[in-house]
Amino acid sequence: MTNRPYIRPMPNSWWLREGRYIRYMARELTCLFIGFYAFVLLVGIYRLSQGPETFDIFLAALWSQAGLLMNLAVFIMAVLHSVTWFNLTPKAMPIWIGDKQLPGWVIVGAHYGGWLVISVVALFIVGGL
Amino acid sequence: MSERQITLEVLRYRPELDDEPVIQSYIVPVQEEWVVLDVLNYIKDNIDRTLSYRWSCHMSVCGSCGMVINNTPMLSCKAFVRDFPDTIRVEPLHNFPIERDLVVVLDDFMKKMTVVKPYLIPKEPVAEVDGTYKQTSGQLKRFKPYAMCINCLACYSVCPQYALNEGFVGPAALALAHRYNVDSRDQGRSVREDVVASNEGIWECTFVGACSEVCPKHVDPAAAIQQTKIASTMDYFMDKLLLGKKKSGGVVKQVEGGGA
Repeated sequence: MTNRPYIRPMPNSWWLREGRYIRYMARELTCLFIGFYAFVLLVGIYRLSQGPETFDIFLAALWSQAGLLMNLAVFIMAVLHSVTWFNLTPKAMPIWIGDKQLPGWVIVGAHYGGWLVISVVALFIVGGL
Repeated sequence: MSERQITLEVLRYRPELDDEPVIQSYIVPVQEEWVVLDVLNYIKDNIDRTLSYRWSCHMSVCGSCGMVINNTPMLSCKAFVRDFPDTIRVEPLHNFPIERDLVVVLDDFMKKMTVVKPYLIPKEPVAEVDGTYKQTSGQLKRFKPYAMCINCLACYSVCPQYALNEGFVGPAALALAHRYNVDSRDQGRSVREDVVASNEGIWECTFVGACSEVCPKHVDPAAAIQQTKIASTMDYFMDKLLLGKKKSGGVVKQVEGGGA
């Protein structure tokens, strides 16, 4: 025994060291975009409560070039968020049927299926208005 | 065929000589079937007998020779030289204090392995006259993957949460707790929960998933931890919201040091 063990420092740039850490940080970063868009929707509801003219200004802002770019960025991040988390679901919730484990692709596929159904229903409601 | 020569760069730390670890390079003639551990053994036998590293079985069973090879933690007895370029860098496991050269201090992990109570805690111990615990192959399947851990600590070496908070119980110990929690012979989940479901237990894990990617025995600690999170959350709802309904593990008498 030396009694003089060396502890290597952990630099703040640790997450740039390997691709797996960069992918992890990218996944975590997506939640900021999701949170931001939830805030935008809250602002929209607030504007709606102030009357149709105020709401029209809000809608016009969403349709502006900056608004469309923001929507595109949030959409890309929302897809990344959903895909990365869906792909992890078999680890978190394996399903056993008797002595057999349901294959991971079934669990992931069920999530994509649910996503599709909810999206179609949402589009139907929005389109029906 | 001409003999291949490689350069093995070893991160060395000799506490009596070095203030911090330094790289030392060795040029070694290697054979086709050699693993990195063979290269280290060659150096130890023929070039530099002061080089320190741990190994024992040379067959991916003992878990002693875990080290970082070209930036990825792995068993050096499983890392074939033919799969690497002509320069290979070998370092001690990350996130552990370096004792000497490739040998790290394991005390922290040893403590953590103990606190998760990695042994069967049955509700009622089986009396000797009843024979052994009985288990179906299906029940065995539920925990067997998590029982394959050989404590090589590749998972701790790659876990940024352990690096950032040394109080984190960590992947291998939490996977081991899960191994017992899902064992049909065990009812000790609520006893383990004090440590496992604490802030420094499963909730410190942010599902980086690197532990499962590097595990040489395919234990999947990340999966074990996420499943424990769900079980623990269910317990919370059962306990707090459904007026103290008992969790599935039940309240059991702690059997200190009890085995199967």
